[in-house]
Amino acid sequence: MKKNNIGYLLREGVRGIFLHGFMSFAAIWVTVACLIIMGTFGLVLFNLNEMIVELEQENEMLVYIDDTYSEAEAKSVGSQINLIANVHSAQFISREEALASFVEEQQDVDLFAGLEASTFRDRFVVTLEDNSKMRQTEQDIRAIEGVADVTAHYEIAEGFQTVQQILNIASFIIIAVLLVVSMLIISNTVKLAMYDRKDEIAIMKMVGATNGFIRWPFVVEGFILGIVASALAFFLEWGLYNLLETQVAAVDSLNLITIVPFIEVVEIVAIGYAVVGFIVGVIGSLLSIRRFLQV
Amino acid sequence: MIEFRNVHKVYEPGTHALNGVSLKIEDGEFVFLVGPSGSGKSTIIKILTAELMPTSGSVFVNGFTLEKIRRSAVPYMRRTLGVIFQDFRLIDNKTVYDNVSFAMRVIGASEKEIKKRVPYVLELVGLENKSRRLPHELSGGEQQRVAIARALVNNPNMIIADEPTGNLDPARSLEIMMLLEQINALGTTVMVVTHEKELVNRFTKRVIAIEEGQVISDGMDGYYAYEEE
Repeated sequence: MKKNNIGYLLREGVRGIFLHGFMSFAAIWVTVACLIIMGTFGLVLFNLNEMIVELEQENEMLVYIDDTYSEAEAKSVGSQINLIANVHSAQFISREEALASFVEEQQDVDLFAGLEASTFRDRFVVTLEDNSKMRQTEQDIRAIEGVADVTAHYEIAEGFQTVQQILNIASFIIIAVLLVVSMLIISNTVKLAMYDRKDEIAIMKMVGATNGFIRWPFVVEGFILGIVASALAFFLEWGLYNLLETQVAAVDSLNLITIVPFIEVVEIVAIGYAVVGFIVGVIGSLLSIRRFLQV
Repeated sequence: MIEFRNVHKVYEPGTHALNGVSLKIEDGEFVFLVGPSGSGKSTIIKILTAELMPTSGSVFVNGFTLEKIRRSAVPYMRRTLGVIFQDFRLIDNKTVYDNVSFAMRVIGASEKEIKKRVPYVLELVGLENKSRRLPHELSGGEQQRVAIARALVNNPNMIIADEPTGNLDPARSLEIMMLLEQINALGTTVMVVTHEKELVNRFTKRVIAIEEGQVISDGMDGYYAYEEE
């Protein structure tokens, strides 16, 4: 492309947006609607995923230490447990603490008043980074000298993994479908705008404009429409998300549902919207112009 | 220079639009291409501008061999031609100046070249004082002058005018023809496709007559000489 054309092509792209004000307006809002549906869906799934991860981390393993070990010796085993890569945390609980919490849990406290701490073992409450590797990690822990026994709840861990996998597949499919749908809607909207200019395109072809030259202003137009739409969708999504967050907080007095603050996902949402807006705008216009270039 | 060598064009359901057309137009000539509707005139123009490909035969246009032309070379071939239509085909929301400069911009001319060339061409067609007007503010004759200016602005080897006076009254038609004659005098080859007998006969030019997809006469003796035989 010659340098003296770039300014002209950019100007034409911007001019096109205003020239076909209504179509541009329609294309932008259709894109905004699709982006918000996609984004909201993605964010809901993201939050569900976070909640599952959080619940998963509450699935602990209990590591019992050989009862011949002194408390100091038992504590030293903890440093070895921490050396295992998949271990997220290992919290030491002494026999005395184990006794106290056991007694506390019983209905008839007096009945257990005579119970001695030596009945219990020193132990570690271990949480993992990745619960899918629970079995391997258990074996690693058992191999450590001084570890007497390990209890773990595989069924809970595996149940969570199944839920997570289903959610991931479902979200992938639904987002892909929405992406295709919005691309088709935008492609059709741009096609209508282009139909409006088919005479102009025919004249350009007749005086010897190359296809590349004809395409550029439409690509610029699609790009600007896509980016404007993604910016609008981003701010609307932000407002919607905050509204939802306050609504949930108002209803959920027990704090059962934790919503990730928008500020923590702001970058992903912004980049995601910009990328999708760009792809949808540019590819949408390229798809619709192909037909008009065959003169 | 353009040349058709035994060109046939068959449309899908077996319609023979051209049946072995051979003709040659040298640089600098002024030619009328005449014939009744459906005779194949439009097909000839569409083949010349590479909108259609011939079914068989060879077509040469200003150094390009059309049956072998690559798609990417078509725009460059079209730049050697300036085409004028019966319905003018101007862009309604662009001024006269912009309609003309548009043709230069889309082939990548610089702002400097455009500023120099457009006023010259507008003056040539007599519209130097209407450059800021929009097409709907002009008469039919003036609109056709804009179209001629647009066809001329890229300095093509040849102007092809497809029924250029079809929408104009006789006085305006004559003016447009005289303008085309003037352009031809400046060195551009001109081919006027028309079926307006009286207009053609006012000029002593080469007349190629087409009927049923064949050249039936080619000479300097005016319109429809064959009819009187």
